[in-house]
Amino acid sequence: MSEITQTLNARRLLCPMPLIRTQNAIKKLQFGEILEVICTDPGTEYDIPTWCRMYEHKLLLQEQRETVDEMVEYCFVIEKGNKEAE
Amino acid sequence: MNPENIKQPKAVALISGGLDSMLAARVIMEQGVHVEGINFYTGFCVEGHTQAIRNQDKNKPKRNNALWAAEQLGIKLHIIDIVEEYKDVLLKPKHGYGQHMNPCLDCKIFMVRKAKQWADENGFDFIITGEVIGQRPMSQRKATMPIIAKESDVGSRLVRPLCAKFLPETYPEKMGWIDRNKMHDISGRSRKPQMALAEKFAIDEYAQPAGGCCMLTNEHYSKKLVDLWQAKAANNQTRDYTLDDIIMLKIGRHFRPKENFKVIISRDEGESNFLRGYRSEFTWLELTSHDGPLTIVDGHPTEEDLLLAARMTARYSQGRDADTVEVQLTTLDGVSKILNVEPLPADEVLPQWHI
Ligand code: SF4
Repeated sequence: MSEITQTLNARRLLCPMPLIRTQNAIKKLQFGEILEVICTDPGTEYDIPTWCRMYEHKLLLQEQRETVDEMVEYCFVIEKGNKEAE
Repeated sequence: MNPENIKQPKAVALISGGLDSMLAARVIMEQGVHVEGINFYTGFCVEGHTQAIRNQDKNKPKRNNALWAAEQLGIKLHIIDIVEEYKDVLLKPKHGYGQHMNPCLDCKIFMVRKAKQWADENGFDFIITGEVIGQRPMSQRKATMPIIAKESDVGSRLVRPLCAKFLPETYPEKMGWIDRNKMHDISGRSRKPQMALAEKFAIDEYAQPAGGCCMLTNEHYSKKLVDLWQAKAANNQTRDYTLDDIIMLKIGRHFRPKENFKVIISRDEGESNFLRGYRSEFTWLELTSHDGPLTIVDGHPTEEDLLLAARMTARYSQGRDADTVEVQLTTLDGVSKILNVEPLPADEVLPQWHI
């Protein structure tokens, strides 16, 4: 997998803020660059993949991770796909 | 020839996630118009928040309804954060509040105006809303329709496909982009015409949040918001609020035993976890001898007030019937101590404390 260009910390943010931040971060990237997003709201498990499909961004990775304090984090790695996707 | 006549017209639809806005977008898509959706986040949207937090909602689908609706329609959705700008709407609504703290008419005007700006910036020709005449007492009356169009500066570029037949001809109709006969004449509170239309379009699943999709129309939430403002006023602060302030009003049981402090007690593990994230910003309490809630104290409590908060925390814990329980109190400076307290009897939690 290519290198991550930017990591977005969306922990503790509630729906729809993780999505809004992802959308705004992707907007600033170049075609082909890669954004990693880390969330704690379980709603992002649906929202982020759906949003990627809608805008034809490539979802390279989606996984759940357990943190040291036994909380769950949702991690997404997105490659900016469609140039007009804004 | 006007170039607007030849290209495919583009419209932006306000998508709330509910059925009406889906239908409105769909009616226009059927006529060959390119439609994209726009959704505004005010901070008061019911959405995933409480779902993401409370255990009791754990089995509901966790998703953004507007995004989901857009996917069903096969259109793009743009979600816009208006939390900051929305404060002006909520704090000084020119047309006043509805039944609770909902400034619906000003809110509609604001959203349509923002959608119009977005449309201008992105080369879209007109705006679609799912309004229905007579559905909502405040914002969806025939008399308010021209007010929204006028005050949002959108004028005749605002199309309401569900009740267009009752309203004057719009610009997209004049241009021949859309046909009035393919729009509708829905009015009133009955949902039957919408159901029929949904069936026609084979839309069989849509969000129907009980109590609507905005916290401001909720009586209990509105009370807590007013209480927040009163407490701020008592401290010579303005009514300005942060996103954290207004999200906190959705979490836990809220009590104000005295003017100088408020007690928030979590109702389940999900809420405890959520409040735990705010510990560094508040004085907080948690039982060490029994399972129980997490309590946050906001304001300027005295020693005696904190003792009361500890007894209230005990009252909502597994130790409620014990003679005494141990409660850990941590103040803003990060210093903790253990209090041995008697759980407050149920009848000493006074009804007027509840916010
Ligand atoms: S219910 Fe809420 S979001 Fe809807 S118009 Fe009223 S204030 Fe705005």
